Amino acid sequence: MRFEHPATFNPIDQLKVIGHPTSRIEGPLKTTGTAPYAYERHDVVPNQAYGYVIGSAIGKGRIAAIDLEAAKGAPGVLAIVTAENAGKLGKGERNAAPLLGGPEIAHYHQAVAIVVAGTFEQARAAAQLVRIDYAKGDGRFDLAAGRDEAIAPHPSFGGPADTAVGDFAAAFAAAPVQLDATYATPDQSHAMMEPHASIAAWDGDKLTVWTSNQMIAWGAEDMAKTLGIPRDNVRLVSPYIGGGFGGKLFLRADVLLAALGARAARRPVKVALQRPLMFNNTTHRPATIQRIRIGAERDGRITAIGHESWSGNVSGGEPETAVSQTRLLYAGANRMTATRLAALDLPEGNAMRAPGEASGMMALEIAIDELADKLGIDPVALRIANDTQVDPEHPQRKFSQRQLVQCLNEGAARFGWSKRNPKPSQVRDGRWLIGMGVAAAFRNNLVTKSAARVRLDRQGRVTVETDMTDIGTGSYTIIAQTAAEMMGVPLEEVSVRLGDSDFPVSCGSGGQWGGNNSTAGVYAACVKLREAIAQKLGFNSAEAVFADGVVRSGNRSVSLAQAAAGGDLVAEDAIEYGDLAKTYQQSTFGAHFVEVGVDADTAEIRVRRMLAVCAAGRILNPKAARSQVIGAMTMGVGAALMEDLVVDKRHGLFINHDLAAYEVPVHADIPHQDMIFLDETDPISSPMKAKGVAELGICGVAAAVANAVHNATGVRVRDYPITLDKLIAAMPV
Amino acid sequence: MTRVSFDVNGETHQLELDTRTTLLDALREHLHLTGTKKGCDHGQCGACTVIVDGRRINSCLTLAVMHHGDEITTIEGLGTPDGLHPLQAAFVEHDGYQCGYCTPGQICSAVGVLAEVKAGIPSHVTADLNAPLRLTNAELRERMSGNICRCGAYSNIAEAISEVAGRSA
Repeated sequence: MRFEHPATFNPIDQLKVIGHPTSRIEGPLKTTGTAPYAYERHDVVPNQAYGYVIGSAIGKGRIAAIDLEAAKGAPGVLAIVTAENAGKLGKGERNAAPLLGGPEIAHYHQAVAIVVAGTFEQARAAAQLVRIDYAKGDGRFDLAAGRDEAIAPHPSFGGPADTAVGDFAAAFAAAPVQLDATYATPDQSHAMMEPHASIAAWDGDKLTVWTSNQMIAWGAEDMAKTLGIPRDNVRLVSPYIGGGFGGKLFLRADVLLAALGARAARRPVKVALQRPLMFNNTTHRPATIQRIRIGAERDGRITAIGHESWSGNVSGGEPETAVSQTRLLYAGANRMTATRLAALDLPEGNAMRAPGEASGMMALEIAIDELADKLGIDPVALRIANDTQVDPEHPQRKFSQRQLVQCLNEGAARFGWSKRNPKPSQVRDGRWLIGMGVAAAFRNNLVTKSAARVRLDRQGRVTVETDMTDIGTGSYTIIAQTAAEMMGVPLEEVSVRLGDSDFPVSCGSGGQWGGNNSTAGVYAACVKLREAIAQKLGFNSAEAVFADGVVRSGNRSVSLAQAAAGGDLVAEDAIEYGDLAKTYQQSTFGAHFVEVGVDADTAEIRVRRMLAVCAAGRILNPKAARSQVIGAMTMGVGAALMEDLVVDKRHGLFINHDLAAYEVPVHADIPHQDMIFLDETDPISSPMKAKGVAELGICGVAAAVANAVHNATGVRVRDYPITLDKLIAAMPV
Repeated sequence: MTRVSFDVNGETHQLELDTRTTLLDALREHLHLTGTKKGCDHGQCGACTVIVDGRRINSCLTLAVMHHGDEITTIEGLGTPDGLHPLQAAFVEHDGYQCGYCTPGQICSAVGVLAEVKAGIPSHVTADLNAPLRLTNAELRERMSGNICRCGAYSNIAEAISEVAGRSA
C-alpha cells in the first residue's frame, strides 16, 4: 500500500481497541520469567556449548603474538577462534570497526578471541589462559585535542555538515542581546539490562541465530556479508529483547563470535558479552562539544541562531548530529549549523536513544534558558515567542502538526510554574535549595517502509507475523490492537509473532519510528486481508463492515470463522510512503518541567518532581506510550546528573566499564513522574495518524534538570553531568 | 565436581556441579529456570535476585554449593501466566516494566522488601529505629535501589508495589 495523501476516515478511527490503555499482552510472560530471551533458548537446539569472549587489552595497536596452547589444553575446551583462524571475514554495512579484531586493533575491548568449552565455567577459566602480546600503538583519545583537526563529514543521517540561511554573522553581530556559550556532553552507554547475547547453530551451510537485536533484516544482511555466505542461509530470531536503546541496532560481536565458535566447535554455541566488556566492545553515544550563539531583540525575538557541534569516532564512523533540532525548533531569519567529526581511536560511537537531538537538546535548551536570563523574560514565554509553524529554513514547508506552545502552556499550568521565583537561590525547604526548570522536547518523526503478514484461520483467530521487534516499547500490544481494530475482533483473538527473519521485513525498532510504521504495515496487510475475505464471500469490499467477529454487507453477515472455513486466508503487504515527509515537516513536541532540591551544604542534587507534556500524533496505547516517555525521562535524569563514560586518555578506554562505575538512575533517584499527552491525530504521518514517542521523552529532560539546578543555586553548569563537585565551590552561602 | 541438593520452588533438586557454578547459573543452565536473569554477573544490577530461606539475595554472587539444604524461591515459584502472584498482577496493571529483563528480579526483590518491612528490619533511610516501620516512599525507593531498570519504569514499579502493600506511592 502506498501512502501518498493525508489519511481520511479509516477503520482505525473507530477507536474500539486502538487508543485504549491496554496492559501489554506479553505482560504475564515477562512478569513470570517465562518470556524467552536469547541466551535462554534451551528449547531450540540441543548440545549447546559455551563461548567466552576475550577483548583487546589495548586501545590501539597490533597483536604481536597469541599463545593458545595452555588454553587449548584446558578442561572442556572445544575450540578457540581468533582472527588468525576464523577464515576470511567481511564487515557489515553498518559496522565501522571489525567485530573480530587482530592483528590490527581498532579499539579497547574489541573482541580478539572466543573460547568455546562444554560449560561456562570451563570457557571462562580457559580464557584466562590465553596469552596475548600486544604492540601498543599511538591512539587519539581526546575529543578536545582533536577538535581543531575535525573535518566536515559527508552528509549523513542527520543532514549536511553545514547549513546556512540568511546572514548569521551579520545578524548575530547586530543583535542587541547575544549569547555565546559552549557546552559539553560526555560519552554515554546504553547499558541495557540484557547483555548482547546469542545462540548460533549451523545445519550444513545454513545458520540460525537466536539473538537480541532491534533490526532483524539489518542483522541478517550484515551477518551474511561478514561471513561471506548467501543472505538466504541466515535466519535470525529475536522475539524478546532485554532493552536496546540503539545498542542492539546492529550485528555485534556476540552473534558473530557465536556463529564462528559454532562452526569451529561443530556444535551450537551460546555467548553473552560479559558486562564489563559491553561498554568498550559495543557502541556508545559519542561525546560532543557544542557552541551555541543566539542573537535576539530585546523583546525576545531571535534574529540569529547558530549551533556548531564537534564529536569523534573511529574510522568509518559517523558524527553525532547534535545540531539537527536547531534547524527546526525556533524561528529566526538568520541561521547556521556546522557538524564536525574528529578522528578518535575510542570504541565506535553510534546511535543511542534519540541520536542527535538527545545531545543537541542538552545544550540548546540550556542556551535558551541562559538567553531568557539575559533578556529578563520567562523561559516559557521566550520559547513561545519564538515558535514557528513552518520549517524556518524552508518557510513554504509547514509542520504537519506542531503543538509546542500548547505543551508549554499546559505544562506550566499543571506544574505550578507561576510559583517559580525567576531569581536563583531564593527558595528554601529546610536544608534544600529549591529550583524549577523547563525545556522544550523535540524529535523528528521518521516514516519508512514496513511489511507484515496477517492470517485468518477457521477458528476466527487472526495471526500477525512481521520481523518487527519489541524492545520494551509495546510492539506486541499495539500490533495486536491494530489487527483487532482492523479485523473487528477482540484483542484476545489476535496472536502476534515478531522478530524472525522468516517474517516480512518491518521498519524494526529505532529512531522512534517503530510504533507508527510497524502498525501502519499491519494496517496495510489487514486492508488486503479484508479484501480477500470480502472477495471470498462475494461481498463488495468497500461496503463490508468488520465488527464483533463478523463481516456484514447489506443484510448478509458471516462470521470470520466461517469465512475461513475452507482454509486459512492470508494477506501480506507493506506500507510505503510517498512525498508527504518532504512536503511537510513531521516532528513531535513536548515540554519538560522539573523541580530539584540542592543541598545547601553538600550540593547534593535530588529530583523532586517531573512533568512531561507531549504532542505526538495519535497515541495508540496510552499506557505503553506513557511508559516510554517516563522511561526516557529517567534516562534524561541519568544524562543530567550521573552518566559519564570517563575516558582514560593514556590507554584509550572508558575506564568505568561496568554497572557499578557507570552510574545510571536507580529507584532512589526518581520521584513519581507525571506525564500527559495532548489530543492529536496526524493524518499526514500514516493511516494510523500516529507518530513516534519513545525518543521524544528524553529530548530536553537533562536541560530541564540543569535549568532547575541553576534556578536553585544560581550556578550554571555547561559540562554534563552536573555533579556536586561542579557546584560546590560556587554555591550560595 | 560436587553434589549439592536444595529445594527450588518446593521441589528438591540433586545436582552434580562444578564448584565454580554460581547459584544463578545452576538455576539457569542446569535447572533451566531462566526466569532469573543474568544482567551483570557482578552483583551490580539485581536482575538475578532470588529468595533464599526467606531473604532476597543476588544469586550471581553466591556459589551453588553454598546452598546445600536451602529453600530457594525464584520468579517461577511465585506465580504462573495463568495464576499471577499479586505483585506480578500489579506489575502488569501498572506497566511496571518494559523490556521485561529486570522484572523477575524487581518482583522477587519486592517480595523481600515487603517481608523486611513486616519484620521491622531497618534500612539506610529509616529515621527512627524505635518507631514501627512503615513502607514510605523513601523506604520503598531505598530498598529497591539494588534493582536497576534501565527502561526506567521506576515510577510505575513503585505504584505496583505500593498497591500490593496497601498504600499510595
